Amino acid sequence: MNKTWNNRAWFMVLPVLALVAFNAVIPLMTVVNYSVQETFGNNIFFFEGVKWFQEVLHSERFHAALLRQLAFTGTILLIEIPLGVAIALTMPRQGPWVSVCLVLMALPLLIPWNVVGAIWNIFALPDIGLLGRTLNGMGFDYNYTRQPFAAWFTLILMDVWHWTSLVVLLAYAGLSSIAEPYYQAARIDSASRWAVFRYIQLPKMKRVLTIAVLLRFMDSFMIYTEPFVLTGGGPGNSTTLLSIDLVKIALGQFDLGPAAAMSIIYFLIVLLLSWVFYTLTMRDEDQS
Amino acid sequence: MGLSWMAWTWQTAMFFAFILAALTAMTLWEWRVPGGAPRRGILGLDTTRGDRLFISLLGSAYIHLAWLALFGPPLLTATIVSVIFAVAVFRWV
Repeated sequence: MNKTWNNRAWFMVLPVLALVAFNAVIPLMTVVNYSVQETFGNNIFFFEGVKWFQEVLHSERFHAALLRQLAFTGTILLIEIPLGVAIALTMPRQGPWVSVCLVLMALPLLIPWNVVGAIWNIFALPDIGLLGRTLNGMGFDYNYTRQPFAAWFTLILMDVWHWTSLVVLLAYAGLSSIAEPYYQAARIDSASRWAVFRYIQLPKMKRVLTIAVLLRFMDSFMIYTEPFVLTGGGPGNSTTLLSIDLVKIALGQFDLGPAAAMSIIYFLIVLLLSWVFYTLTMRDEDQS
Repeated sequence: MGLSWMAWTWQTAMFFAFILAALTAMTLWEWRVPGGAPRRGILGLDTTRGDRLFISLLGSAYIHLAWLALFGPPLLTATIVSVIFAVAVFRWV
């Protein structure tokens, strides 16, 4: 079959280009413009050069927020990915229970972020919340509004509750696409349960798991609403993640210049980590 | 509606003009020599011209940030290092 190569088809992309320019490129350009200037309002700006970038790079507040962010993202990935795969493996492949399981799994994903934050805020309150009261009743000294560890525990539990389902659904989709002959061959070779997982199921799930890790990485690295509603970044600064700190600087202190410089550095970190992760996974894919 | 709300400076305008020029040059290049010149370079990555531009730009951003964190302004040396880095990426990666 002869395909006709016609680059004029690219003009069909123009509407999307206009839309992306309007809602992403122009705002991003404005952020870059802000990042080299100082303003005291009234749309009057003073050029400051790279001063804000230098300030952010040397700011202990930024380092601390970045460290907390990495700790948070690392922890939830280490919990959600294995847990999601494990749940997907135990889900039924056929029969009436499939739809029940899928709907149950999808439920947390349908709840808006701020509602998830509000639910957990009340659920974990030490005096009236179900979780808080139960934990204190069992003898644990638990108060997420005062103890940093309890705040982190609640935050991570909330994220795992909200987002493990996404990993489960993606992993389940990967598992469903494995044809029966693979399992038959494994049975003929009397392969162990672990060998089936390691050499059939895991390689077949690799692509969807890559997407799951990327989505969870980017989402959790930019998470704002849930921790904001749950703890507001407290107690103290103990759960002030990057985005919460950014909003404090930009809208709380109205330091648009430093906030813009911080957003650009934040953006570059997300871009680099996503690119490295994607490239490494795809390289293994090509080699195998 | 003017563009004053975007708080333009000539320095950032130059920066974006450079990015635009780079994208235009890449388009013309692709038009003259189609296919993107895919190859496997020293990092063992399959890259096309576009990938190499992306790596060059992202690398340059980090070179400038690293220079700023370690030595501070002026950034001219960082820019020279970035150009050398970009040439190396287009040649070998």
